[in-house]
Amino acid sequence: MAARVVTVTSGKGGVGKTTATANIGVALAAAGQRVVCIDADIGLRNLDVVMGLENRIVYDLVDVVEGRCKLRQAMIKDKRLPDLHLIPAAQTRDKTAVSPKDMVRLADEIRPDFDWVVIDSPAGIERGFRNAIAPADLVLIVTNPEVSAVRDADRIIGLVEAEEKGPPQLIINRVKAEMVRRGDMLSTQDVLEVLAIQLIGVIPEDEQVLVSSNQGMPAALEPKSRAGKAFRDIARRLNGEEVPFDDLEARDGFFGRLTRLVRPGGAS
Amino acid sequence: MAEPLPIKGVRDGLLITLPPGMWGDLRASLLATIDDRGDFFRGARLALQVEDRALGAADLGGLREDLARREATLYAVLSTSPLTLAAAANLGLQTNLQRPGVPSQPAEEEEEAVDEEVPAEAALLLQHTLRSGQVLRHPGHVIVLGDVNPGAEIIAGGNILVWGHLRGVVHAGAGGDESARVCALDLAPTQLRIAGRIAVSPKRRGNVRPEIAFLREGQLVAQPWDEERRHA
Repeated sequence: MAARVVTVTSGKGGVGKTTATANIGVALAAAGQRVVCIDADIGLRNLDVVMGLENRIVYDLVDVVEGRCKLRQAMIKDKRLPDLHLIPAAQTRDKTAVSPKDMVRLADEIRPDFDWVVIDSPAGIERGFRNAIAPADLVLIVTNPEVSAVRDADRIIGLVEAEEKGPPQLIINRVKAEMVRRGDMLSTQDVLEVLAIQLIGVIPEDEQVLVSSNQGMPAALEPKSRAGKAFRDIARRLNGEEVPFDDLEARDGFFGRLTRLVRPGGAS
Repeated sequence: MAEPLPIKGVRDGLLITLPPGMWGDLRASLLATIDDRGDFFRGARLALQVEDRALGAADLGGLREDLARREATLYAVLSTSPLTLAAAANLGLQTNLQRPGVPSQPAEEEEEAVDEEVPAEAALLLQHTLRSGQVLRHPGHVIVLGDVNPGAEIIAGGNILVWGHLRGVVHAGAGGDESARVCALDLAPTQLRIAGRIAVSPKRRGNVRPEIAFLREGQLVAQPWDEERRHA
Protein backbone atom coordinates (compact mmCIF):
# COMPACT_ATOMS: atom_id res chain seq x y z
CA MET A 1 0.00 0.00 0.00
CA ALA A 2 1.32 3.45 -0.83
CA ALA A 3 2.73 5.78 1.79
CA ARG A 4 0.67 8.35 3.66
CA VAL A 5 2.11 11.84 3.44
CA VAL A 6 1.96 13.83 6.68
CA THR A 7 2.97 17.48 6.82
CA VAL A 8 3.87 19.05 10.16
CA THR A 9 3.21 22.79 10.27
CA SER A 10 2.32 25.52 12.75
CA GLY A 11 2.34 29.09 11.45
CA LYS A 12 4.36 30.32 14.38
CA GLY A 13 8.10 29.63 14.44
CA GLY A 14 9.86 27.83 17.23
CA VAL A 15 6.93 25.80 18.54
CA GLY A 16 8.43 22.39 17.75
CA LYS A 17 7.69 21.41 14.15
CA THR A 18 11.17 20.10 13.44
CA THR A 19 11.34 18.30 16.76
CA ALA A 20 7.95 16.75 16.08
CA THR A 21 8.86 15.71 12.53
CA ALA A 22 12.10 14.08 13.67
CA ASN A 23 10.53 12.29 16.61
CA ILE A 24 7.43 11.11 14.78
CA GLY A 25 9.61 9.84 11.94
CA VAL A 26 11.86 8.00 14.36
CA ALA A 27 8.95 6.57 16.33
CA LEU A 28 7.27 5.24 13.17
CA ALA A 29 10.54 3.72 11.97
CA ALA A 30 11.20 2.19 15.38
CA ALA A 31 7.84 0.45 15.04
CA GLY A 32 9.17 -1.22 11.92
CA GLN A 33 7.70 1.03 9.24
CA ARG A 34 9.44 2.49 6.17
CA VAL A 35 9.74 6.24 6.65
CA VAL A 36 11.10 9.20 4.68
CA CYS A 37 11.40 12.58 6.39
CA ILE A 38 11.64 15.66 4.16
CA ASP A 39 12.90 19.06 5.28
CA ALA A 40 10.92 21.65 3.33
CA ASP A 41 12.50 24.63 5.12
CA ILE A 42 14.74 25.64 2.24
CA GLY A 43 17.36 28.17 3.24
CA LEU A 44 17.02 27.49 6.97
CA ARG A 45 17.41 23.75 7.17
CA ASN A 46 17.67 22.09 10.56
CA LEU A 47 15.89 18.73 10.39
CA ASP A 48 19.25 17.17 9.48
CA VAL A 49 20.87 18.57 12.62
CA VAL A 50 18.10 17.38 14.93
CA MET A 51 18.28 13.90 13.42
CA GLY A 52 22.07 13.80 13.65
CA LEU A 53 22.55 13.34 9.91
CA GLU A 54 24.10 16.66 8.88
CA ASN A 55 27.55 15.21 8.20
CA ARG A 56 26.22 12.92 5.53
CA ILE A 57 24.49 15.40 3.25
CA VAL A 58 25.66 15.20 -0.34
CA TYR A 59 22.50 16.05 -2.28
CA ASP A 60 19.35 17.86 -1.15
CA LEU A 61 15.73 18.51 -2.06
CA VAL A 62 16.56 21.25 -4.56
CA ASP A 63 19.11 19.00 -6.33
CA VAL A 64 16.36 16.42 -6.82
CA VAL A 65 13.80 18.95 -8.05
CA GLU A 66 16.28 20.54 -10.46
CA GLY A 67 17.38 17.16 -11.79
CA ARG A 68 20.99 17.17 -10.64
CA CYS A 69 20.60 13.84 -8.91
CA LYS A 70 18.22 10.94 -8.62
CA LEU A 71 15.76 10.82 -5.74
CA ARG A 72 17.54 7.91 -4.03
CA GLN A 73 20.87 9.72 -4.09
CA ALA A 74 19.45 12.51 -1.94
CA MET A 75 17.98 10.11 0.65
CA ILE A 76 20.23 9.74 3.68
CA LYS A 77 19.67 6.41 5.42
CA ASP A 78 19.66 6.58 9.22
CA LYS A 79 21.98 3.86 10.49
CA ARG A 80 20.25 3.48 13.84
CA LEU A 81 16.90 2.30 12.48
CA PRO A 82 15.96 -0.27 9.83
CA ASP A 83 14.17 1.96 7.34
CA LEU A 84 14.38 5.68 8.12
CA HIS A 85 15.56 8.18 5.52
CA LEU A 86 15.95 11.93 5.29
CA ILE A 87 15.84 14.24 2.29
CA PRO A 88 17.48 17.41 3.58
CA ALA A 89 16.64 20.94 2.46
CA ALA A 90 19.09 23.14 0.61
CA GLN A 91 20.83 25.71 2.75
CA THR A 92 22.00 28.05 0.00
CA ARG A 93 18.72 28.67 -1.80
CA ASP A 94 15.30 29.91 -0.67
CA LYS A 95 11.67 28.81 -0.77
CA THR A 96 11.15 29.90 -4.39
CA ALA A 97 13.52 27.17 -5.61
CA VAL A 98 10.72 24.62 -5.23
CA SER A 99 7.03 24.81 -6.22
CA PRO A 100 3.97 23.03 -4.81
CA LYS A 101 3.80 20.99 -8.01
CA ASP A 102 7.41 19.86 -7.53
CA MET A 103 6.56 18.66 -4.04
CA VAL A 104 3.54 16.71 -5.25
CA ARG A 105 5.63 15.03 -7.96
CA LEU A 106 8.36 14.17 -5.48
CA ALA A 107 5.90 12.68 -3.00
CA ASP A 108 4.29 10.60 -5.73
CA GLU A 109 7.69 9.18 -6.64
CA ILE A 110 8.34 8.20 -3.03
CA ARG A 111 4.92 6.77 -2.18
CA PRO A 112 5.14 3.26 -3.70
CA ASP A 113 8.17 2.13 -1.68
CA PHE A 114 7.43 3.51 1.77
CA ASP A 115 4.78 3.61 4.51
CA TRP A 116 5.14 7.20 5.70
CA VAL A 117 6.46 10.49 4.37
CA VAL A 118 6.79 13.13 7.09
CA ILE A 119 7.38 16.68 5.87
CA ASP A 120 8.77 19.45 8.06
CA SER A 121 7.14 22.73 7.05
CA PRO A 122 8.82 26.10 7.53
CA ALA A 123 7.14 28.75 9.69
CA GLY A 124 4.88 31.28 8.01
CA ILE A 125 2.03 31.16 5.52
CA GLU A 126 3.79 31.91 2.27
CA ARG A 127 5.45 29.81 -0.40
CA GLY A 128 7.36 27.47 1.93
CA PHE A 129 4.19 26.55 3.80
CA ARG A 130 2.29 26.04 0.54
CA ASN A 131 5.10 23.82 -0.77
CA ALA A 132 5.00 21.69 2.35
CA ILE A 133 1.26 21.08 2.42
CA ALA A 134 0.81 20.54 -1.32
CA PRO A 135 1.39 16.74 -1.24
CA ALA A 136 -0.14 16.16 2.22
CA ASP A 137 -2.78 13.50 2.94
CA LEU A 138 -2.85 14.67 6.56
CA VAL A 139 -1.72 17.92 8.13
CA LEU A 140 -0.56 18.07 11.75
CA ILE A 141 -0.57 21.48 13.42
CA VAL A 142 1.91 22.05 16.25
CA THR A 143 1.20 24.72 18.82
CA ASN A 144 2.31 25.75 22.29
CA PRO A 145 -0.18 26.42 25.09
CA GLU A 146 0.41 30.12 24.64
CA VAL A 147 -1.80 32.84 23.23
CA SER A 148 0.23 33.98 20.22
CA ALA A 149 1.02 30.42 19.15
CA VAL A 150 -2.69 29.55 19.32
CA ARG A 151 -3.56 32.65 17.26
CA ASP A 152 -1.14 31.60 14.53
CA ALA A 153 -2.33 27.99 14.67
CA ASP A 154 -5.90 29.20 14.16
CA ARG A 155 -4.78 31.11 11.07
CA ILE A 156 -3.04 28.06 9.67
CA ILE A 157 -6.04 25.83 10.35
CA GLY A 158 -8.17 28.26 8.36
CA LEU A 159 -5.73 28.06 5.43
CA VAL A 160 -5.48 24.26 5.59
CA GLU A 161 -9.26 23.87 5.74
CA ALA A 162 -9.59 26.16 2.73
CA GLU A 163 -7.16 23.96 0.81
CA GLU A 164 -9.44 20.96 1.38
CA LYS A 165 -6.64 18.85 2.82
CA GLY A 166 -9.07 17.17 5.18
CA PRO A 167 -9.35 18.08 8.86
CA PRO A 168 -5.93 18.87 10.39
CA GLN A 169 -5.00 17.38 13.76
CA LEU A 170 -3.36 19.10 16.69
CA ILE A 171 -0.20 18.58 18.69
CA ILE A 172 0.12 20.73 21.81
CA ASN A 173 3.83 20.93 22.58
CA ARG A 174 5.77 22.05 25.67
CA VAL A 175 3.04 21.71 28.25
CA LYS A 176 4.13 22.48 31.83
CA ALA A 177 1.63 20.78 34.10
CA GLU A 178 2.53 22.81 37.18
CA MET A 179 1.93 26.11 35.35
CA VAL A 180 -1.41 24.88 34.05
CA ARG A 181 -2.40 23.91 37.59
CA ARG A 182 -1.51 27.41 38.81
CA GLY A 183 -3.55 28.93 36.00
CA ASP A 184 -0.44 30.50 34.47
CA MET A 185 -0.58 28.45 31.29
CA LEU A 186 -3.41 27.58 28.91
CA SER A 187 -4.82 24.13 29.50
CA THR A 188 -5.47 21.60 26.76
CA GLN A 189 -9.16 22.48 27.02
CA ASP A 190 -8.44 26.22 26.64
CA VAL A 191 -6.50 25.54 23.45
CA LEU A 192 -9.09 23.15 22.04
CA GLU A 193 -11.86 25.63 22.77
CA VAL A 194 -10.38 28.03 20.24
CA LEU A 195 -8.85 25.64 17.72
CA ALA A 196 -11.60 22.99 17.82
CA ILE A 197 -9.81 20.28 15.86
CA GLN A 198 -8.96 16.71 16.80
CA LEU A 199 -6.08 16.31 19.24
CA ILE A 200 -3.41 13.79 18.30
CA GLY A 201 -0.72 14.54 20.87
CA VAL A 202 0.16 16.46 24.03
CA ILE A 203 3.90 16.75 24.63
CA PRO A 204 5.16 17.75 28.08
CA GLU A 205 8.03 20.19 28.46
CA ASP A 206 11.08 17.98 28.76
CA GLU A 207 14.74 18.96 29.10
CA GLN A 208 15.68 15.79 27.31
CA VAL A 209 14.41 17.29 24.05
CA LEU A 210 17.08 19.99 24.06
CA VAL A 211 19.78 17.51 25.04
CA SER A 212 18.61 15.14 22.31
CA SER A 213 18.52 17.88 19.73
CA ASN A 214 22.10 18.89 20.45
CA GLN A 215 23.22 15.28 20.24
CA GLY A 216 21.31 14.51 17.08
CA MET A 217 19.51 11.70 18.86
CA PRO A 218 15.71 12.29 18.88
CA ALA A 219 14.01 11.90 22.27
CA ALA A 220 11.67 9.24 20.91
CA LEU A 221 14.65 6.88 21.08
CA GLU A 222 15.13 7.56 24.81
CA PRO A 223 12.95 5.19 26.86
CA LYS A 224 13.01 7.46 29.94
CA SER A 225 11.97 10.67 28.17
CA ARG A 226 8.38 11.80 28.82
CA ALA A 227 8.34 13.80 25.62
CA GLY A 228 9.73 10.80 23.76
CA LYS A 229 6.88 8.64 25.03
CA ALA A 230 4.35 11.27 23.98
CA PHE A 231 5.81 11.28 20.44
CA ARG A 232 5.75 7.47 20.35
CA ASP A 233 2.06 7.68 21.31
CA ILE A 234 1.45 9.99 18.33
CA ALA A 235 3.03 7.38 16.05
CA ARG A 236 0.71 4.75 17.50
CA ARG A 237 -2.33 6.97 16.95
CA LEU A 238 -1.24 7.62 13.37
CA ASN A 239 -1.33 3.87 12.91
CA GLY A 240 -4.93 3.79 14.08
CA GLU A 241 -4.33 2.67 17.66
CA GLU A 242 -6.49 4.21 20.41
CA VAL A 243 -3.98 5.47 22.93
CA PRO A 244 -5.35 7.34 25.96
CA PHE A 245 -3.74 10.71 26.67
CA ASP A 246 -1.52 10.82 29.73
CA ASP A 247 -3.10 13.06 32.31
CA LEU A 248 -0.19 15.52 32.54
CA GLU A 249 -2.24 17.76 34.79
CA ALA A 250 -2.97 14.99 37.27
CA ARG A 251 -3.01 15.90 40.90
CA ASP A 252 -1.78 13.14 43.13
CA GLY A 253 -3.71 11.80 46.06
CA PHE A 254 -7.35 11.77 47.08
CA PHE A 255 -8.34 15.25 45.95
CA GLY A 256 -6.66 14.69 42.62
CA ARG A 257 -8.64 11.57 41.98
CA LEU A 258 -11.84 13.31 43.14
CA THR A 259 -11.20 16.26 40.83
CA ARG A 260 -10.62 13.97 37.90
CA LEU A 261 -13.89 12.19 38.59
CA VAL A 262 -15.95 15.35 38.36
CA ARG A 263 -14.01 17.16 35.63
CA PRO A 264 -15.52 16.32 32.24
CA GLY A 265 -13.50 14.65 29.49
CA GLY A 266 -9.94 15.77 29.99
CA ALA A 267 -7.61 15.67 27.05
CA SER A 268 -9.24 12.87 25.10
CA MET B 1 -4.88 34.02 -27.91
CA ALA B 2 -8.41 32.69 -27.28
CA GLU B 3 -11.50 34.89 -27.49
CA PRO B 4 -11.13 38.09 -25.44
CA LEU B 5 -12.33 37.98 -21.82
CA PRO B 6 -15.43 40.04 -21.00
CA ILE B 7 -14.35 43.08 -18.98
CA LYS B 8 -16.83 45.50 -17.46
CA GLY B 9 -16.27 48.68 -15.54
CA VAL B 10 -17.81 48.64 -12.06
CA ARG B 11 -17.76 51.25 -9.33
CA ASP B 12 -14.58 50.05 -7.65
CA GLY B 13 -12.67 48.75 -10.61
CA LEU B 14 -12.96 46.25 -13.43
CA LEU B 15 -15.06 43.09 -13.36
CA ILE B 16 -13.70 40.23 -15.45
CA THR B 17 -16.09 37.33 -15.99
CA LEU B 18 -14.50 34.02 -16.89
CA PRO B 19 -16.19 32.30 -19.84
CA PRO B 20 -16.53 28.48 -19.82
CA GLY B 21 -13.20 26.69 -20.04
CA MET B 22 -10.39 25.22 -17.96
CA TRP B 23 -9.13 27.38 -15.11
CA GLY B 24 -5.52 26.86 -16.20
CA ASP B 25 -6.18 28.10 -19.75
CA LEU B 26 -8.28 31.07 -18.67
CA ARG B 27 -5.76 32.06 -16.04
CA ALA B 28 -3.04 32.12 -18.68
CA SER B 29 -5.36 33.99 -21.02
CA LEU B 30 -6.08 36.60 -18.35
CA LEU B 31 -2.41 37.22 -17.69
CA ALA B 32 -1.69 37.36 -21.41
CA THR B 33 -4.49 39.90 -21.86
CA ILE B 34 -2.99 42.08 -19.15
CA ASP B 35 0.49 41.77 -20.58
CA ASP B 36 -0.79 42.74 -24.04
CA ARG B 37 -2.68 45.80 -22.92
CA GLY B 38 -0.01 47.08 -20.55
CA ASP B 39 -0.99 50.59 -19.48
CA PHE B 40 -4.73 49.92 -19.42
CA PHE B 41 -4.37 47.58 -16.46
CA ARG B 42 -1.57 49.29 -14.61
CA GLY B 43 -2.89 50.35 -11.21
CA ALA B 44 -6.26 48.74 -11.93
CA ARG B 45 -8.42 47.04 -9.29
CA LEU B 46 -9.80 43.77 -10.58
CA ALA B 47 -12.79 41.70 -9.55
CA LEU B 48 -12.98 38.19 -10.99
CA GLN B 49 -16.19 36.22 -11.55
CA VAL B 50 -15.22 32.56 -11.60
CA GLU B 51 -18.78 31.09 -11.57
CA ASP B 52 -18.83 27.60 -10.02
CA ARG B 53 -15.13 26.82 -10.21
CA ALA B 54 -13.69 25.47 -6.95
CA LEU B 55 -10.46 27.34 -6.31
CA GLY B 56 -8.37 27.08 -3.19
CA ALA B 57 -6.29 29.65 -1.34
CA ALA B 58 -3.20 28.60 -3.29
CA ASP B 59 -4.89 29.29 -6.64
CA LEU B 60 -6.29 32.67 -5.61
CA GLY B 61 -3.18 33.70 -3.70
CA GLY B 62 -0.95 32.74 -6.61
CA LEU B 63 -3.14 34.68 -9.04
CA ARG B 64 -3.13 37.72 -6.76
CA GLU B 65 0.68 37.62 -6.71
CA ASP B 66 0.90 37.28 -10.48
CA LEU B 67 -1.47 40.22 -10.92
CA ALA B 68 0.46 42.29 -8.37
CA ARG B 69 3.62 41.70 -10.38
CA ARG B 70 1.75 43.33 -13.29
CA GLU B 71 0.75 46.22 -11.02
CA ALA B 72 -2.91 45.18 -10.94
CA THR B 73 -4.73 44.52 -7.66
CA LEU B 74 -7.16 41.63 -7.22
CA TYR B 75 -9.74 42.91 -4.73
CA ALA B 76 -12.73 40.61 -5.19
CA VAL B 77 -13.58 37.09 -6.31
CA LEU B 78 -17.19 36.26 -7.13
CA SER B 79 -18.28 32.66 -7.19
CA THR B 80 -21.02 30.20 -6.36
CA SER B 81 -18.50 27.66 -5.05
CA PRO B 82 -18.24 27.52 -1.24
CA LEU B 83 -14.58 26.48 -1.44
CA THR B 84 -13.73 29.52 -3.54
CA LEU B 85 -15.67 31.86 -1.25
CA ALA B 86 -13.92 30.46 1.82
CA ALA B 87 -10.53 30.77 0.17
CA ALA B 88 -11.30 34.37 -0.83
CA ALA B 89 -12.35 35.23 2.73
CA ASN B 90 -9.11 33.72 4.01
CA LEU B 91 -7.11 35.99 1.74
CA GLY B 92 -9.06 39.11 2.70
CA LEU B 93 -10.70 39.37 -0.72
CA GLN B 94 -14.24 40.68 -1.13
CA THR B 95 -16.81 38.16 -2.30
CA ASN B 96 -19.23 40.68 -3.71
CA LEU B 97 -18.97 44.00 -5.48
CA GLN B 98 -20.55 46.29 -2.91
CA ARG B 99 -18.25 48.10 -0.53
CA PRO B 100 -19.97 48.09 2.88
CA GLY B 101 -18.27 51.32 3.96
CA VAL B 102 -20.05 53.38 1.31
CA PRO B 103 -23.56 54.68 2.09
CA SER B 104 -26.20 53.45 -0.35
CA GLN B 105 -26.73 55.49 -3.53
CA PRO B 106 -29.96 56.18 -5.38
CA ALA B 107 -30.85 53.42 -7.87
CA GLU B 108 -29.96 55.19 -11.15
CA GLU B 109 -26.27 55.52 -10.28
CA GLU B 110 -25.89 51.82 -9.51
CA GLU B 111 -27.33 50.10 -12.55
CA GLU B 112 -24.19 48.33 -13.71
CA ALA B 113 -22.03 48.61 -10.61
CA VAL B 114 -24.06 46.53 -8.18
CA ASP B 115 -24.29 42.74 -8.03
CA GLU B 116 -28.02 42.42 -8.67
CA GLU B 117 -28.44 39.11 -6.89
CA VAL B 118 -27.68 40.52 -3.43
CA PRO B 119 -30.24 43.06 -2.16
CA ALA B 120 -28.61 45.42 0.34
CA GLU B 121 -30.55 44.19 3.37
CA ALA B 122 -30.12 40.45 2.77
CA ALA B 123 -28.54 38.46 5.59
CA LEU B 124 -25.53 36.21 5.13
CA LEU B 125 -25.48 33.03 7.19
CA LEU B 126 -22.11 31.50 7.98
CA GLN B 127 -22.33 28.02 9.48
CA HIS B 128 -18.80 27.57 10.73
CA THR B 129 -16.24 29.29 12.90
CA LEU B 130 -14.42 32.26 11.46
CA ARG B 131 -10.72 31.73 12.05
CA SER B 132 -7.87 34.15 12.63
CA GLY B 133 -7.00 36.02 9.45
CA GLN B 134 -10.38 35.51 7.81
CA VAL B 135 -12.28 38.64 6.89
CA LEU B 136 -15.98 38.61 6.05
CA ARG B 137 -17.46 41.66 4.33
CA HIS B 138 -21.16 41.90 3.58
CA PRO B 139 -23.45 44.84 2.86
CA GLY B 140 -26.40 43.38 4.82
CA HIS B 141 -26.74 41.51 8.10
CA VAL B 142 -24.36 38.73 9.11
CA ILE B 143 -25.25 35.68 11.21
CA VAL B 144 -22.54 33.28 12.36
CA LEU B 145 -23.38 29.80 13.67
CA GLY B 146 -20.01 29.26 15.29
CA ASP B 147 -17.28 31.36 16.86
CA VAL B 148 -15.43 34.41 15.64
CA ASN B 149 -11.87 33.77 16.77
CA PRO B 150 -9.36 36.46 17.72
CA GLY B 151 -7.75 37.74 14.54
CA ALA B 152 -10.95 37.31 12.50
CA GLU B 153 -12.99 40.28 11.28
CA ILE B 154 -16.58 40.88 10.22
CA ILE B 155 -17.52 44.09 8.43
CA ALA B 156 -21.25 44.35 7.84
CA GLY B 157 -23.58 47.06 6.65
CA GLY B 158 -26.28 45.70 8.95
CA ASN B 159 -26.43 43.80 12.25
CA ILE B 160 -24.05 41.09 13.34
CA LEU B 161 -25.28 38.07 15.29
CA VAL B 162 -22.86 35.47 16.59
CA TRP B 163 -24.30 32.24 17.94
CA GLY B 164 -21.06 31.39 19.70
CA HIS B 165 -18.02 33.18 21.14
CA LEU B 166 -17.33 36.58 19.58
CA ARG B 167 -13.63 37.25 20.18
CA GLY B 168 -12.51 38.95 16.97
CA VAL B 169 -13.12 42.39 15.50
CA VAL B 170 -16.62 43.34 14.35
CA HIS B 171 -17.93 46.41 12.62
CA ALA B 172 -21.71 46.62 12.32
CA GLY B 173 -23.48 49.42 10.49
CA ALA B 174 -20.28 49.86 8.51
CA GLY B 175 -22.13 51.98 5.97
CA GLY B 176 -23.11 54.50 8.64
CA ASP B 177 -26.24 52.85 10.08
CA GLU B 178 -26.24 53.87 13.75
CA SER B 179 -29.18 51.61 14.59
CA ALA B 180 -27.09 48.50 13.88
CA ARG B 181 -26.52 46.04 16.68
CA VAL B 182 -24.09 43.30 17.62
CA CYS B 183 -25.38 40.25 19.48
CA ALA B 184 -23.43 37.28 20.75
CA LEU B 185 -23.76 34.41 23.20
CA ASP B 186 -20.32 35.43 24.51
CA LEU B 187 -19.66 39.07 23.62
CA ALA B 188 -15.89 39.45 24.07
CA PRO B 189 -14.65 41.14 20.91
CA THR B 190 -11.11 42.47 20.62
CA GLN B 191 -12.71 45.58 19.15
CA LEU B 192 -16.32 46.47 18.52
CA ARG B 193 -17.46 49.15 16.10
CA ILE B 194 -20.93 50.38 15.24
CA ALA B 195 -21.14 52.95 12.47
CA GLY B 196 -18.40 55.46 13.39
CA ARG B 197 -17.94 54.47 17.05
CA ILE B 198 -15.30 52.10 18.35
CA ALA B 199 -14.81 50.42 21.72
CA VAL B 200 -12.88 47.64 23.39
CA SER B 201 -14.41 45.05 25.69
CA PRO B 202 -14.28 45.76 29.39
CA LYS B 203 -13.03 42.98 31.64
CA ARG B 204 -15.67 40.32 32.03
CA ARG B 205 -17.46 40.16 35.36
CA GLY B 206 -19.40 37.07 36.37
CA ASN B 207 -20.68 34.35 34.10
CA VAL B 208 -20.90 34.46 30.35
CA ARG B 209 -24.34 35.66 29.25
CA PRO B 210 -25.76 36.49 25.86
CA GLU B 211 -25.51 40.24 25.27
CA ILE B 212 -26.49 42.90 22.76
CA ALA B 213 -24.34 45.90 21.92
CA PHE B 214 -25.79 49.05 20.36
CA LEU B 215 -25.43 52.84 20.22
CA ARG B 216 -27.36 54.80 22.81
CA GLU B 217 -26.99 58.57 22.38
CA GLY B 218 -23.68 58.15 20.60
CA GLN B 219 -22.25 55.79 23.21
CA LEU B 220 -21.53 52.11 22.67
CA VAL B 221 -23.32 50.08 25.34
CA ALA B 222 -23.76 46.36 25.91
CA GLN B 223 -26.49 44.85 27.99
CA PRO B 224 -27.76 41.34 28.80
CA TRP B 225 -30.16 40.00 26.18
CA ASP B 226 -33.16 39.99 28.49
CA GLU B 227 -32.57 43.37 30.12
CA GLU B 228 -35.37 45.10 28.22
CA ARG B 229 -37.85 42.40 29.10
CA ARG B 230 -37.13 42.65 32.80
CA HIS B 231 -37.64 46.41 32.84
CA ALA B 232 -40.50 46.62 30.38
